[in-house]
Amino acid sequence: MNNVHAMEDPSTKIWRALAEVSDPEIPVLSVLDLGIVRSVDVAKDGGVTIAITPTYSGCPAMDTISKDIVAHLTSQGVLDCTIEHVLSPPWSSEWLTDSGREKLRRYGITPPDEEGFSKRALLGFEPQVSCPKCRSSKTRKISEFGSTPCKAHYVCDS
Amino acid sequence: MDLQRAKYEYALRLGDNALVLCQRLGEWCGHGPELEEDLALTNIALDLIGQARLFLQYAAELDGSDKTEDDLAFLRDGADFRNVLLVEQPNGDYAQTIVRQLFFDLYMQLFYTELSQSSDQKFAEIAQKSLKEVNYHIRHSAGWFIRLGDGTDESHKRMQAAVDRLWCYTGELFDGDDVDQTLIANQVVPDILTLKTHWDAKIKEIFAESTLKIPDNPWMASGGKQGTHSEHLGYLLAEMQFLQRAYPGATW
Repeated sequence: MNNVHAMEDPSTKIWRALAEVSDPEIPVLSVLDLGIVRSVDVAKDGGVTIAITPTYSGCPAMDTISKDIVAHLTSQGVLDCTIEHVLSPPWSSEWLTDSGREKLRRYGITPPDEEGFSKRALLGFEPQVSCPKCRSSKTRKISEFGSTPCKAHYVCDS
Repeated sequence: MDLQRAKYEYALRLGDNALVLCQRLGEWCGHGPELEEDLALTNIALDLIGQARLFLQYAAELDGSDKTEDDLAFLRDGADFRNVLLVEQPNGDYAQTIVRQLFFDLYMQLFYTELSQSSDQKFAEIAQKSLKEVNYHIRHSAGWFIRLGDGTDESHKRMQAAVDRLWCYTGELFDGDDVDQTLIANQVVPDILTLKTHWDAKIKEIFAESTLKIPDNPWMASGGKQGTHSEHLGYLLAEMQFLQRAYPGATW
């Protein structure tokens, strides 16, 4: 047996495998880029428990993501794998990793900055969104409520 | 009142609010005035079904019987539902849907902000998650409330009519009873009466911007939280529960 692998923390292998499971909604992102994996536990008997959290509470992709993770780990020889859904700490776009943000930009989506609720937002204040391709700030919102919650459409005027 | 029982009742109230309003918004699916609005309302409905599931799962757990969230959603009759009267009111025209949504969103935003600090971990977790969603919903409802109120003569007229029709259901949002008292004493839920000052101030601000008028009539309807509903709920449940009533246990 290879000594390096024998000494490796068993959860490292799981984390590496998770980097290969894509988000079904935006497939350029892995579940790690998206920041929805909350914990990985490997029991003494080798059983793996992975906790994931939904991006929003009604997320219909949670079951698909759970199945994708189990299927991928099974293909890597991890047969005893349980997925738990947890709520805390809750996901927000701040959980996107830096590499995830970069992948989103290349995909044509400007990653959101976290904005707290403000009176200005209530009364129609518009956040400044830069173009994911050229970084210009000369953009116009054409549709605030896109195909998923929190996805808005803009055009770049530069 | 027993603390566990009070938590169960409260989880039902919050779950039923989200479930019933979700069903109402779902009625717009395929009928929105434009595609973007169709998507927006159904996406908001999706958030609400998520919140409803979390609260009803918790209610089922607190109940301690072998009931599931689905039993609670599909096999209770109208008198067992604990939602406020506001959310069961019909969609009406788009003005009525938007007015109902703004009244509710503004309330839930204030409520979830406080519930995030609950001594009950589960309530606090659900509130923290849901608050992020409501912050988004209110951008939609307040935006349209102002745009349609301060829009054409026709849109203004329809919005004012919707406000006049729905205003009497806002009082119940702040009605407390012995369920509230038990939970407030244990720091599980905020005293909703204290939210009213904030709600009044914010709603006034939005009304001013929209050029609409807050009705003078101080009469308020109540009873939904205790199970006394308008007839509209029966029709809504007949549709929502049909499949499980006709084909018990049916699954996808």
